[in-house]
Amino acid sequence: MTLDDLLNNTGEWIRCTGPVCDIVMSSRVRLARNLANYPFSHWASKKEQEAVLWTSKESILSLKKLKDSLFVEIGKLDSIDKQFLVERHLMSKEHMIDAENKGLSVGQDEVISIMINEEDHLRMQVMKSGFNLKDAWQIINDIDTELGNSLDFAYSMDFGYLTACPTNTGTGMRASVMLHLPSLVMTKQIGKVLQAITKLSLTARGLYGEGTEASGNFFQISNQVSLGPKEDDIIDNIDRIIKQIVDHEQSARETLLSQNREALEDRIWRAYGTLKSAHIITSTETINLLSLARLGVDLGVIKQADRTLINELFVITQPAHLQKLEKKKLSPNQRDVKRAEIIREKLGK
Amino acid sequence: MVCNICGKSQATVHLTEIIDEQITELHLCEECAQKKGAQMESHFGLSDLLAGLADLGTQFNKTKTEPKLKCPKCGLTYEDFKKVGRLGCGECYNAFKEALAPLLKRIHGSTQHYGKSPKKIVKIVKAKNEFDALKEKLQKAIQKEDFEEAAKLRDKIRELEKKNNK
Repeated sequence: MTLDDLLNNTGEWIRCTGPVCDIVMSSRVRLARNLANYPFSHWASKKEQEAVLWTSKESILSLKKLKDSLFVEIGKLDSIDKQFLVERHLMSKEHMIDAENKGLSVGQDEVISIMINEEDHLRMQVMKSGFNLKDAWQIINDIDTELGNSLDFAYSMDFGYLTACPTNTGTGMRASVMLHLPSLVMTKQIGKVLQAITKLSLTARGLYGEGTEASGNFFQISNQVSLGPKEDDIIDNIDRIIKQIVDHEQSARETLLSQNREALEDRIWRAYGTLKSAHIITSTETINLLSLARLGVDLGVIKQADRTLINELFVITQPAHLQKLEKKKLSPNQRDVKRAEIIREKLGK
Repeated sequence: MVCNICGKSQATVHLTEIIDEQITELHLCEECAQKKGAQMESHFGLSDLLAGLADLGTQFNKTKTEPKLKCPKCGLTYEDFKKVGRLGCGECYNAFKEALAPLLKRIHGSTQHYGKSPKKIVKIVKAKNEFDALKEKLQKAIQKEDFEEAAKLRDKIRELEKKNNK
């Protein structure tokens, strides 16, 4: 598999095959691990970083599930390719910076990805379509156990798996779900929901992880505590809370439909109309309009498009994707034109 | 909608700030948002937050821990940790244990891991527990002058030692 193959593929979450995938876009579990015999990435010498990279690579590529995976050295990629991987949620923004000796392995269907020499030596994630944290945990748990046979992880009987930042110590686990909550935003209930979440030691972020704003009504919700509770309990806790938020969103959708159907349909169709006919469109406007279009598809208002198509548009209208599709660098203005063109073409079919 | 800061340009960036569970919304133009973003980053990095918390442990034992804490394995000092918010290696957790425990308690509400552990470690711990239990039995047998039992236990311990050394 090569990097360009990804462009023609769609990750599992885009195909929307998982449970409750009208409201829950994807479920993700990541584990942070470090090799016991080396300093953490930021404190390691170039030589030590290199050793971590090659040792980890060998172990990763010997895993059954990652045998035919894509492996890239981030330092050898240009900035568009790096951004491209971030846009697909396969690696973090941080992984783009100081890229020497950083690696990334991506499995079939883009479900499994492992960053090497990020903040921790290994940051492995499994991303499943829809509301499916339990499966995601099972897959990543197996991978971790298998890797543990060939690699010695930094671990203490008191503090569990040791990580560069004490906020990840213990299980090294962050479980998160990406929620699409347009109706809770429209009915102005989202503030309450987010407040309640922080009280339950969960945290909410935007579409692209740390430090990003929630745009297009997308909220990524994850656990904050990694030391103390067992992995299963962390997953269980999020699972329960997410179920309630999903129910709230569901009933807000019903309320909007029964009390304000015309106004809601008007907003949805205007959004869809703009997407189908705009000739210049920014990425922020695109995300906001696609959010409404997705709601339209979920509610059966729009029948001309399906979730897979809308999900795909979220991804391929991002800056690096546009430039990879066009096979050249584009200025922001050129991107806005190209973006509009692609959306018109995809929705016009 | 116009920008909340300059009051001139069109607001295109919408920020939600949550401070003490109080939610405020800010609508900013591109330019002011960038300034605000840079401000927030310099004021609000995770490492700063951690650094603030990292003083917890040292303040507590100021007299005891006055000599500079330094990890014997990787050379990172506790001062370094306070600056960058990142530890240097696994051994740092041991070297700074006294100072880190209150910090971990503050972050996670706990200082004890109960989750998964590496298979290799589980094996070692199991073997060690077995070994310790036999030794204790042996001591008791000797105290009771039950030498027949003591001899049996001694043989078992030797066998275990052989197995573990392989």
